Amino acid sequence: MITENVIEVREVWKSFKSVQAVRGISLNIPKGQFVAVLGPNGAGKTTLVEMIEGIQKPDKGDITIMGKHWKGNEDELHKIIGLSLQETRFIDKLRVTETLQLFASFFDMGKRRVEEIIDLVDLAEKKRSYVVNLSGGQRQKLALGIALINTPAILLLDEPTTGLDPNARREVWEILKKLKNGSATSMILTTHYMEEAEKLCDYIIIMDNGVILREGTLNQLLEGHSNLDDLFVSLTGRQINE
Amino acid sequence: MSRFSRLNQLWLLTLSLFRELIREPGVLFWGIVFPILMSAGLGMAFTKKADILRKVAVIREASLAVRDSSAVYNFLENNCEKNSINGKKDYNWKLEIKNEKLGTSVFLFYELTWDDAMTLLKRGTINLILTGNDGHAQYHFDPLNSDAELTYLKLRNAIGSGDVIPEGNTAEIRPLTIKGTRYIDFLVPGLITMGVMMSAMWGISYGIIEKRSKKLLRRLVATPMKKSHFLIALITVRVVMNIVEALVLLLFALIAFHITIQGSISAMILLFIAGNIAFAGIAVFVSCHTSNTEVGNGLINAIVMPMMVLSGIFFSYHNFPDWSIPVINKLPLTILTDGIRSIFNEGAGYQQVALPVMILSATGVIFFLAGLKIFKWH
Repeated sequence: MITENVIEVREVWKSFKSVQAVRGISLNIPKGQFVAVLGPNGAGKTTLVEMIEGIQKPDKGDITIMGKHWKGNEDELHKIIGLSLQETRFIDKLRVTETLQLFASFFDMGKRRVEEIIDLVDLAEKKRSYVVNLSGGQRQKLALGIALINTPAILLLDEPTTGLDPNARREVWEILKKLKNGSATSMILTTHYMEEAEKLCDYIIIMDNGVILREGTLNQLLEGHSNLDDLFVSLTGRQINE
Repeated sequence: MSRFSRLNQLWLLTLSLFRELIREPGVLFWGIVFPILMSAGLGMAFTKKADILRKVAVIREASLAVRDSSAVYNFLENNCEKNSINGKKDYNWKLEIKNEKLGTSVFLFYELTWDDAMTLLKRGTINLILTGNDGHAQYHFDPLNSDAELTYLKLRNAIGSGDVIPEGNTAEIRPLTIKGTRYIDFLVPGLITMGVMMSAMWGISYGIIEKRSKKLLRRLVATPMKKSHFLIALITVRVVMNIVEALVLLLFALIAFHITIQGSISAMILLFIAGNIAFAGIAVFVSCHTSNTEVGNGLINAIVMPMMVLSGIFFSYHNFPDWSIPVINKLPLTILTDGIRSIFNEGAGYQQVALPVMILSATGVIFFLAGLKIFKWH
């Protein structure tokens, strides 16, 4: 069976001044697969995702989304990608509904889709609240709702649960699980939480210092190791959160 | 995407940014209430002249015979109100010269030794020392101190050779009451134009920089949003706000100070819009690159502070050295302020403001396009 790749990254390099953030990474993401990019801070996860998002341009290498390069296809690709950036803040004095309506308008979506998203991310009670008055978890749910508003074929989430308490983190996971079961969306999620990668993703890529150290399904990665922490220590000699 | 969808997108962007603005109480205070308070305060301050207090030292004469023959002592004893309290720091005599048109001058006389008088003079408590010499008054003061000179002139008028000018002798004084010559007539157009500059620079420039630092710009351009729509919406919101602010200030000045617009109102609207275009363009240019709000603060201040001081908002820029006037004349705020002021106070119309309108509009367009060329969305 031939699997259709929605994202193809080939030998990509990226540096910022003297820092080599990504060093010759290649990966393919098939349709409908949830992929975790796992690694400590500074591993190059965000740079990799930003290059896939089209925000950064690779110094070398090639990235295609649905077989298309970013150059000349921005409008088309923006329509099929949903994303949540690390630490994005929306307009403080807009209500939740108004914020979603604004983003919905960019995709030519109406109020019905806004209501669907509010239900999906469980923000019905907060829909009239100003963004500034939301808790960290609620803001992250809003960011996720905005990422999902265009029913994206590809979802890119950069550390969506960093800084959240365990309850809020679990709520975000529940939303993503629902999405996984009910759609053909492909997802790349960067994280440094092992549990998040284990619970949500079909495929895990472990990165450090701009390179992929190991990749595979959870079962493949755990061969010979008791858990992902153990694997990471064996690969790098240190804990992921050190 | 259909044309209707594009328009809907622009409308929702504008509405969102407008909501952001009006839901911030500080914006309403600094944008609308503060300029009114400033015009009220400065207007009142320069409309009614306050009583001016002038403190003078009189050198004590120990000899009674000298005192009796002294013009100074005769004047003090006969024309001034003697202070009955006579505490250590109190004055000894007081003289009020009332004048409806020039305001009341109050002179307080302190009888002191020469050394004490010099100490107070050095401290700036007094600016003139009065002594008697062969029965005549002598005035000791620094001729380079214009306030001391004024005290001397007023006091000399009062003491002179002993004659006192009667109160109310103001026949030779003709205060100017022609509309457009009061300080408030000068101030209000300046406050309106300063409001345009401040609102554009802080509202547009800082708004863009802050949104870039919060990664909101990056998030917005990761959607199919038309980039130009964002800037158009931001500028539209500010121009609307500037119009509201200017109208409220104008209405207040009309009611409280009876100011008049002697020239063409439609020409003024045109010039006002051109001023908004100029500062919106400059604002986009200033904010086109940085994502650091502190750097943004510095950049905006570097633009607005010199213009606020130099462009003749609170006082005429002709007080600056002659060599600087040709430079000041070319500043966008000077061009806008001079134009608006000429419509308010000199009856100017389209012919007089055509060139300023063209210069300001061109400035705005050039800066906007240059800013857009190097604009950093991420």
